[in-house]
Amino acid sequence: MRSSPLLELTRMRMVTFLRDPGALFWVFGFPLVLAFVLGLAFRNRPPDPIHVVVVANAPLAQALKGDGTLNIEEAALDDARWRLRRAQVDVLVQSDGASITYRYDETRPEGRVARLAVERAIERSNGRVDTLRATDEKVSEPGSRYIDFLVPGLIGMNLMGSSLWAIAYGIVDARKKKLLKRLAATPMKRSDYLLSILLSRVVFLVFETVVLIAIGWLAFGVAVQGSFAAVGLLALLGGLAFAGIALLIGALATSTETAGGLMNLVMMPMYLLSGAFFSSKHFPDVLQPFIKALPLTALNDSLRAVINEAAPLSSQWAQVAVLLAWGLLPFFVALRVFRWQ
Amino acid sequence: MPEAATVLSCTGLKKSFADVHAVRGVDLELKKGECFGLLGPNGAGKTTTIEILEGLTPLDAGEVRILGKPPGDASVRERIGIALQETELPEKLTVLECVRLFRSFYSRGREVDAVIGHLELDEKRTARVAKLSGGQRQRLALACALVGDPDLLFLDEPSTGLDPQARLKVWEIVLAFKAAGGTVLLTTHYMEEAARLCDRIAIVDHGKVIARGSPQELVASLGAAQVIEVTTAPPLSDEVLKALPSVVRVSPKADARVLHAADVAAALPALLELARAQKVQVKNVTTREATLEDVFVHLTGSELRDA
Repeated sequence: MRSSPLLELTRMRMVTFLRDPGALFWVFGFPLVLAFVLGLAFRNRPPDPIHVVVVANAPLAQALKGDGTLNIEEAALDDARWRLRRAQVDVLVQSDGASITYRYDETRPEGRVARLAVERAIERSNGRVDTLRATDEKVSEPGSRYIDFLVPGLIGMNLMGSSLWAIAYGIVDARKKKLLKRLAATPMKRSDYLLSILLSRVVFLVFETVVLIAIGWLAFGVAVQGSFAAVGLLALLGGLAFAGIALLIGALATSTETAGGLMNLVMMPMYLLSGAFFSSKHFPDVLQPFIKALPLTALNDSLRAVINEAAPLSSQWAQVAVLLAWGLLPFFVALRVFRWQ
Repeated sequence: MPEAATVLSCTGLKKSFADVHAVRGVDLELKKGECFGLLGPNGAGKTTTIEILEGLTPLDAGEVRILGKPPGDASVRERIGIALQETELPEKLTVLECVRLFRSFYSRGREVDAVIGHLELDEKRTARVAKLSGGQRQRLALACALVGDPDLLFLDEPSTGLDPQARLKVWEIVLAFKAAGGTVLLTTHYMEEAARLCDRIAIVDHGKVIARGSPQELVASLGAAQVIEVTTAPPLSDEVLKALPSVVRVSPKADARVLHAADVAAALPALLELARAQKVQVKNVTTREATLEDVFVHLTGSELRDA
């Protein structure tokens, strides 16, 4: 009895992957470890106190200690300046009795805030009275924390890494071991082989995405605000975009070393530019069109919009178009240049 | 009895890689049911030739017909079985999974379990490829080649690197395939393998066929069925050795001299008498039947294994 070659090929790829503990860890274990480590580092803590150093002036230091938001130290001038340079304190305060000098780094938001807070504390201790009564309402909106930013980025990054490694490396390895040549000598349809690569990738990317979303939700309370279908579709498009690139690398690379080099060449810029760990908006405006055309940027941005802001998929048409382009163009180039031996 | 149908024919086959002329005009014809061997040293162009015929390597010049079609034709791929010189099947797959995968490619073929049984891999059915011995791997490669129930089997160095017992098993499998009416083209640099399996042989060297015929015909072409290898100190001259009764040829082999003799019973006493008369010491003397190895050495002046 004969089973379908496409199914058998897909099963071969999946079984090979599932029996490889190393590959399993990098695809499923590593992102979890990363999410936990980063989640710990950036968990929501009470706000940091403002660090102030007062230059050799005990009465002033004592007066400022009445303000609970300030962390006051006293030091000699040289020591105080050194601590400011090292960013161990946010502002240096020096008083000659008649006037006060604030020394701080204007480009650091902490420095500017510290100067205002110290000034307010000094004025209040000197008897200044607020003209309006103020009430503070402190918020921590789900969807606006760092971990909310991080989880979609991790999903995107993981889809990129697993697609590239599993596909490009797998093809080059199979060619090196003459398995591709052996398969090419059978009546196997070449398209079945390439399709089986995409099919097994789709199956695994469903698992990867579900696992990361579940962990984000259970461990960090990162909820999907938008539709799950939209997230699924974006993950699928992203996975196919990276599969297309991976197929091209697998078609071009002659050795596993070249494949590794090409993969790093593709992935490194995207790790940095595409906003996996920090927003890509920090990069200069001239770079933005280029950054937005990268598949990982399109995937991260659209996943964030859907997961954090409940954006409808229709608002993400530009990102979807970028992902489609990356999925289709390299795929067809790869079909043309693919070598079986 | 009508002549068997031609299964494979090629004429004027040529192939170069960069500036290396790997195959320089090879002609072959295989009849249904025969086992044909390409015998030659490593680098003689055997693998290039067989891979052109398998449809894996495009040819530069020449005409090839396999089962009436050009090589690599989809209908041809359905009817040939192949074992490449070195294929590493996926290490993480089991024997059963490998054979089932290859079975799925063929529109008609044999039962997976029957092939596994036939190749004596029953006990290793669920073992992963990584855990198989060299002989078991080679039998698995043959299982993948046979599961499509081919008419024509291509085997590139089928027993290279195997221990004698594993080699015998491979030979049994090939002979069984032939006995069932299958046609085989194999390459080898083991003359025992060629002699044991092949009905006809083409001796290949430097990309050309330098002799062809049945193993018996090729050995007979030496004109002397016996070989005497003798080492003396000091060495005897080739002229006096050649003058010994029934000796047709003398050639050097390291310190020894190799004598091709039609009648060893006449040549050997004469040789010992000559040594005594010339007062040279006979350090070693052996006699044996002439083999394909001797044919190769005679034709090329170099030995199969070391060439």
